[in-house]
Amino acid sequence: MPPKPIKAKAAPTSDPRKRSKRGDGDDLTEVGDGTEQDDWMQAKTLVKPDDQLELNETELKEEFTRILTANNPHAPQNIVRYSFKERQYKQTSSVDQLAVHFALDGNLLHKDSDEARRQLSRMGLSEQKEEEKEEEKEEVAEAEGGAAAEEGGEEGGAEGEGKEEGGEEGASPAPPVAKGGSKEKKLTNQFNFSDRASQTYNNPFRDRGTVTEPPPRASFASNVTQWEIFDAYQEDFEKQEKSKEKKVLPGRKEEGKTKKKFTMTETSNDDISRIESATKIVERMVNQNTYDDIAQDFKYWEDVSDEYRDQEGTLLPLWRFSFEKAKKLAITSVCWSPGYKDLFAVSCGSYDFMKQGNGLIIFWTLKNPSFPECFFEADSGVMCLDIHPQHQHYIAAGFYDGSVAVFSTVERRDGPIHRCTAKNGKHTDPVWQVRWQKDDADNNMNFYSISSDGRICLWTILKNEMVYQDVIRLCLPDVSAEGPDGIKVPTTGCGTAFDFHKQKDYLFLVGTEEGKVHICSKAYTSHFIDSIDAHNMAVYKVCWNHYHPKIFITCSADWTVKIWEMKDKMDKNEGGDDSRKPLFSFDLNNSVGDVAWSPYSSTVFAAVTSDGKAFVYDLNVNKYEPLCEQMVAQKKKTKLTHIDFNPTFPMVIVGDDRGNVISLKLSPNLRKMKAEKKGAPPVDEATKIQREVEKLEKILSMVREQPTEATAN
Amino acid sequence: MAEATEEKKADADSKRVHTYPLIRHSDMNDEMKTEAMELCVTACEKFATNNENAAKMIKDTMDKKFGASWHAVVGEGYGFEITHEVKNLLYMFFGGNMAIIVWKCS
Repeated sequence: MPPKPIKAKAAPTSDPRKRSKRGDGDDLTEVGDGTEQDDWMQAKTLVKPDDQLELNETELKEEFTRILTANNPHAPQNIVRYSFKERQYKQTSSVDQLAVHFALDGNLLHKDSDEARRQLSRMGLSEQKEEEKEEEKEEVAEAEGGAAAEEGGEEGGAEGEGKEEGGEEGASPAPPVAKGGSKEKKLTNQFNFSDRASQTYNNPFRDRGTVTEPPPRASFASNVTQWEIFDAYQEDFEKQEKSKEKKVLPGRKEEGKTKKKFTMTETSNDDISRIESATKIVERMVNQNTYDDIAQDFKYWEDVSDEYRDQEGTLLPLWRFSFEKAKKLAITSVCWSPGYKDLFAVSCGSYDFMKQGNGLIIFWTLKNPSFPECFFEADSGVMCLDIHPQHQHYIAAGFYDGSVAVFSTVERRDGPIHRCTAKNGKHTDPVWQVRWQKDDADNNMNFYSISSDGRICLWTILKNEMVYQDVIRLCLPDVSAEGPDGIKVPTTGCGTAFDFHKQKDYLFLVGTEEGKVHICSKAYTSHFIDSIDAHNMAVYKVCWNHYHPKIFITCSADWTVKIWEMKDKMDKNEGGDDSRKPLFSFDLNNSVGDVAWSPYSSTVFAAVTSDGKAFVYDLNVNKYEPLCEQMVAQKKKTKLTHIDFNPTFPMVIVGDDRGNVISLKLSPNLRKMKAEKKGAPPVDEATKIQREVEKLEKILSMVREQPTEATAN
Repeated sequence: MAEATEEKKADADSKRVHTYPLIRHSDMNDEMKTEAMELCVTACEKFATNNENAAKMIKDTMDKKFGASWHAVVGEGYGFEITHEVKNLLYMFFGGNMAIIVWKCS
C-alpha cells in the first residue's frame, strides 16, 4: 500500500510545471524527464557573493588549520576567590565559557511535547474523544507515510499522468484523504469562519401608564424669633385670661355670641347687596345692547308715511314684556308709575270664574324688558292695582277673593304690608278697581275700592292696621221693588269701575255691571247725584277727561265706547234721566276691555277690545272713525284687556289675557297737538290746559247742536 | 436691689407661665395634632440641650407613626418656607424659646 500513495502525492506538484513550460508535450516524456533532471541540478549551483575572493587552484588547495575550542577568549582567567577552608585566595579554575550572542525564543512547539499536548487538549475539548483516539493512530501512520511521500515526490515524477490519476481515483484513495479531513477538523482555522444568525420575532411591547393624583400640598412660611415666640405666648396668655373671665360671667359670653351671629348675618347681607346694584347695571347694559334697535325706534323712529295719510296713524310695537310666571294669567290692570317714566306695574289674575288661581303684581321697566324689576306673588288673582302718586313704593291692590292689600316695594318682603281679612271689611266679591286718594286730615294714606258686592270702601292705613269705611252701597231701586211676596229685597248693584274727579275731590263716577253709571259724592253714602243708563252690558271703565272737568268716557262689554258730559243738576231735571244721551258713541265691534284718555290731548283716547285690536281716536281730527285700528295681539283669540298712556312719552302699554304686556309707539298723526303757531312763545301749563279745553269744547258745541247726528253713530 | 429682684420674679413668673406648648399653626386633624404635639414635647424635654437629636427623634417617630417623609425643624430662631402635604403640618412653640415645625412632604 504505501508506494502508491507516494506517487499520487508527488504527481500534482510536478504536473503544473510541465504544462506551463511545454504546453501539450505528452509525447516528449522521456526527453522531458532528462531535462527535468538538469533543471533540478542547475538549481543546485552555488551562488557566489560579489565580494568573494577569486582564488586559483593552489590557493584553493592550501590548507588552513583551524581549531574550534570551547574556550571563550574573552572570558576572564584570573578570577580569585577567597577560600575559607584554606584561608587564602585561590584562583577559580572553572570559568564560564559560554557567551550568548543572539537568542530568540521561537513560538514553535514540537507536536509531541508536553506543552503541545496540553494545548491540543485544551483547544480540542469540543471534539469527541473517539476522534482523538483515531488521531493518535493516524499520527503514527502519518509519521511513516509522510516520510515516504517526500521521497516519492522526487522519484515518482517520471511516471505517467494517466497512471497517476487512475491510481488516485481507483485503488488507493481512502487513508490520505481521510487523514487530511480529520487533520483539518482538528486544527480549526480561527480566521476561517462564518456567522450564522437568526432573529425570532420580538413580542410587541405595549406601554401602559397611569399617574395618580399627588396629594394636595400647601405652602407655609414663617419666621421664628425669640420675640415672636414671646409675643405669641403673651397673646395666648391674655386670651386664656379672658376666657377665664368669660367663664366667670356666662351671661355675658352668650351675649357676645349672639352679637357675633348678628354681625355675621349682617355682613353676609352686605355681600349680596354690594353686588346687587352692579349686577343690575350689567343686566340693563346687556338688555340695552340686546334691544338696541327697539330703543332706537322708541327714541327716534317716526312713521314717515303719516305725512301722506291725513287722518290715519299707526302703532309701532316696541318691547314686549312677558314673564314666565304670568304666562297663564291675564293682565287685569296696567298702571304707569307717576314718578318714574320708564316704570309701570301690572296686575295679573284671571277673569274666568272657573279658572281662578294665583295672582301676580309685576313691575316692569322699559330699561329691562327681559325680567321684571320686581314682583309679588299672591294666592288669589290680583284684579287691580294703583300706585300711590306721592309715595310711589306703595301699591294698593284688589284681589279676586274680595280682599285689598297694600304692598311696598322698598320693604323687602314677599307679601303685602297690609291685607284685609274677612274680619275687617273684606269685600265678598272680586275687587275691580282701587284708587289712592290724597292723604286725609291726619296725613294717613287712604284708598278706595270697588267690588261686585256693591260696596265702595275707603281704606285708611294707620300705623299697624288698615281700617275700612263703607262709602256707598250700590243698590238697584227699581229691582228691589219686585218682591214676589211684597217683601222689598234690596238688591245690590255690582260696581265694576270708578273714577274720581280731577278737581273736585268729592265727586266720582261709578260704573256697574248693569250698565249704569252713577255720579256720586263722597258726602252722600246712600244716594247718587246722578245716574245714567249708559250701557246695555257691564261697564268696564269710566274715566274723566284729563282736561275738561265735565267730560268722561265709558266703555262696556256691549262693544261701545261712549263719551258723556256731566250735566248740572238743573240740566238733569230739565232733560230727565231717560233722555240722557252720550255726546259720542263708538261701536268697536267687540267687547271693549279698557279705554283711556291721552294725557297730552283732550280729544285723543285709546281703547282695546277682546278681539285683539287697539283703537286710537282723535275727536279733533275725526269724530266718527278711529285714526288707528290695529291688530296688536300676537296670536289669534288673544284678548286685549287693558291700555294705559305713558304720561310723558308718546307710547301706550297694552296688556293681554296671556300675561304679556306690549308697548306701542304712537305715530305722529296720533299725537297731533293743536297746530302751534311758529315763533310763538312757549305756552305755560295753564294756557295749554285752557287751549285743550277750548279745543274739546269747540267740538262738543258742534255735537251739542246736533245731538242726534252724533249719537246716530 | 429690691426692684431688681422683683423684676426677676416677674420674669420667672412669665417664664414659668410660658413653658407650655403653644400650637401656632396646624392643619392636622385633632387626634394627629395632639399626638404630634406630645411627641414634640417629649423630644424637646428628652434632648433639652441638643436640638438636632430632638428633631431626629421627632422625625423618626413621626415616620413610624404616620408614614414616611416627615421633616422636623427644632430651633430658637430661623426662617422657613416649606411645601407640605395638606393636613400634615404642625408649627408650635415650646418652652418659651423653642419653635418646632413638623411637616410631611414626600
